[in-house]
Amino acid sequence: MATHAQAAAHDDHDHKPHGWRRWVFSTNHKDIGTMYLVFACTMFFVGGTMALVIRAELFQPGLQFVDPQFFNSMTAMHALVMIFGAIMPAWVGLANWMIPMQIGAPDMALPRLNNLSFWILPFAFTLLLGTLFVPGGAPAGGWTMYPPLALQGGDSFPMMIFAIHLMGASSILGAINVVVTIMNMRAPGMNLLKMPLFVWTWLITAYLLVAVMPVLAGAVTMLLTDHFFGTSFFAASGGGDPVMFQHIFWFFGHPEVYIMILPAFGVVSEIIPTFSRKPLFGYESMVYATAAIGFLSFIVWAHHMFTVGMPLAGQLFFMLATMLISVPTGVKIFNWCATMTRGSLSFEPPMLFALAFLFLFTIGGFSGLMLAIVPADFQYQDSYFVVAHFHYVLVPGSLFAIIGAVYYWLPKWVGRMYDQTLAKWHFWLSAIFVNVLFFPQHFLGLAGMPRRIPDYATQFADWNMVSSIGAFGFGFSQLLLPYIVIKCVKAGSKAADRPWDGAHGLEWELPSPAPFHSWETPPSAAIIARGAEH
Amino acid sequence: MTEPREQVKRENARLTARLALMALGSFAFGFALVPLYDVLCAVTGFGDQKSLARASEAAPQAADESRTVTVEFVADLPNVGSWEFRPVLTSMQVHPGKLYETRFVAKNLTGHDTVAQAVPSIAPGSVAGYFHKTECFCFTPQKFSQGEERVLPVRFIVDRALPKHLDRITLAYTFYDQSIRVGQR
Ligand code: HEM
Ligand SMILES: [Cu+2]
Repeated sequence: MATHAQAAAHDDHDHKPHGWRRWVFSTNHKDIGTMYLVFACTMFFVGGTMALVIRAELFQPGLQFVDPQFFNSMTAMHALVMIFGAIMPAWVGLANWMIPMQIGAPDMALPRLNNLSFWILPFAFTLLLGTLFVPGGAPAGGWTMYPPLALQGGDSFPMMIFAIHLMGASSILGAINVVVTIMNMRAPGMNLLKMPLFVWTWLITAYLLVAVMPVLAGAVTMLLTDHFFGTSFFAASGGGDPVMFQHIFWFFGHPEVYIMILPAFGVVSEIIPTFSRKPLFGYESMVYATAAIGFLSFIVWAHHMFTVGMPLAGQLFFMLATMLISVPTGVKIFNWCATMTRGSLSFEPPMLFALAFLFLFTIGGFSGLMLAIVPADFQYQDSYFVVAHFHYVLVPGSLFAIIGAVYYWLPKWVGRMYDQTLAKWHFWLSAIFVNVLFFPQHFLGLAGMPRRIPDYATQFADWNMVSSIGAFGFGFSQLLLPYIVIKCVKAGSKAADRPWDGAHGLEWELPSPAPFHSWETPPSAAIIARGAEH
Repeated sequence: MTEPREQVKRENARLTARLALMALGSFAFGFALVPLYDVLCAVTGFGDQKSLARASEAAPQAADESRTVTVEFVADLPNVGSWEFRPVLTSMQVHPGKLYETRFVAKNLTGHDTVAQAVPSIAPGSVAGYFHKTECFCFTPQKFSQGEERVLPVRFIVDRALPKHLDRITLAYTFYDQSIRVGQR
């Protein structure tokens, strides 16, 4: 092992290109992974700034800072930037870095495609963010782009559509690459049921992406032709039906939310065993639960549109199917708790983020269950309660898992340990402020405050103020993340090859920092057996 | 050494092609949802709203005097300022089986000659199959000269088979000016 590692470490100086070429023409999974993560972090702060514009305006009732049209642009753009610019690219970046190292492959299966799928993104987001500067302003009809409102967009409309086409192409290419890598590039002896859960969850996520991103592309293409070429898919004047857009959109949209959360399940399933110093409880049931969630995600979409006037049988079906999802989800939560039971726990930053994930994601799951109840949803639909629900599953859910993953694998990536005290500060500030920010939104929603409005009745003032304070606290705390990472890269102390004593998996068998080319010779059966102790 | 590598490359290419095909299939599926949606609406008992825009063959039946159903009329415009559009009566009490007539009034304020099309819809949706229109201004596009105001008749029969629990129906029209493109609305 050591000799292999040294050989690889020696090798890489000769092959690593220098200067800008290294990045622009990169076909190396680690460099591309880094670029994805840096891109995601940048977009996270862009989208975060938009969120702070929203929360500043909502700090008090009345119109203070921005006009309503711009406010609406902020809600639509914040969502588009965070979903397609921050969360999804962050997961693809982590997949790039980790999947080859975890399955004993020298690189992704399709390295040049990999380069393409990353470099599409800057163009897509230049287009999307460019809408902020065109006459008529950025898209303001919500990230869900419902017609007929979305069709009324000005110059920003075609730009938004093309940006979505590009993002979609990028994630489809990325997903194809992930599937091919996992199916064909595993080291001999690394059979499917030995794969780490991060790889498993990404495999299922990638299939979801290939299945639904093209449907979104189709839906926005139909919007485009309705607007410019006189078709009437959704235009009622020509016999189209705007409700049909909602069906097609949510056929993509619901699997999309699982695309953002399944890899998080994978990450948490790696972190919790490591810091419990116990193998994961119920590995196989985790795999099957993930597959079940992936399957069920295709048959629940209409829970986003209970109020459009569906037949009773349809409402019942979608209500029950939605509730069914909480069964495999519950299996997972149970397994994580069982993994920790009688483990020897320690609370390093990755574990803290994983634990917060466990608690707060579950709160989001419960509010989701409330929303799944049709008569209750009639009340909650389009209120702040929905906003609270999806932020609980996405921020302390997906985002905390991403941050946890960065704190977990960073020592392996750069070969240096970060400042753990500071990272714990980052954790506590995030965990406290995220609740100050989003918990009051449950109350606001239950009391009847609608979402996507720049002004509100005065009885909502107090909780909005609390929520805005939480938002600014949360937003500024996140600046610690790039600071901690940069400080680690520049001046961290040397990290061991296995910086967490309970960590298992092939990535920890490599030296730290992971050499530019790893697993050029596949790991031996003994190493795989040691790594796959889950 | 090169042999297995070549083999992996071939297998990668094959799987990539298969996944690309799957992505294309999903794209096509998105469009296939369009006809599928109409079929589903028709068979799930949600009613085929499109049938409202066609003349019905149904002949008047014997009126069921024992039952009274309220039919409400709603007139909508997609934008303000360029048209006037309203029902003459906002609601009527009708007996199932009997033929009735009511009227809407539309006025062209666009400042030029134009053609407009009314698009009907009905609530609750499941009523669509029980609401027969023998005559309606929504069956064909309507020509209006500049400033013209016209009375537009609708003749309808509520089917005797209308489920018993229903006693209120809302018929709505949206009047779309064909000279105004979707994007400008
Ligand atoms: C137990 C699991 C879950 C259930 C039962 C559930 C249920 C629901 C329901 C019924 C709605 C529609 C509410 C409405 O608009 O009236 C909704 C909205 C939403 N959910 Fe979930 N959900 C679950 C998990 C998740 C997860 C894991 C995510 C993402 C990571 C997520 C993200 C969202 C988003 C983004 C929306 C709002 C979309 C929008 O209208 O803009 N949900 N959820
Ligand atoms: Cu959903």
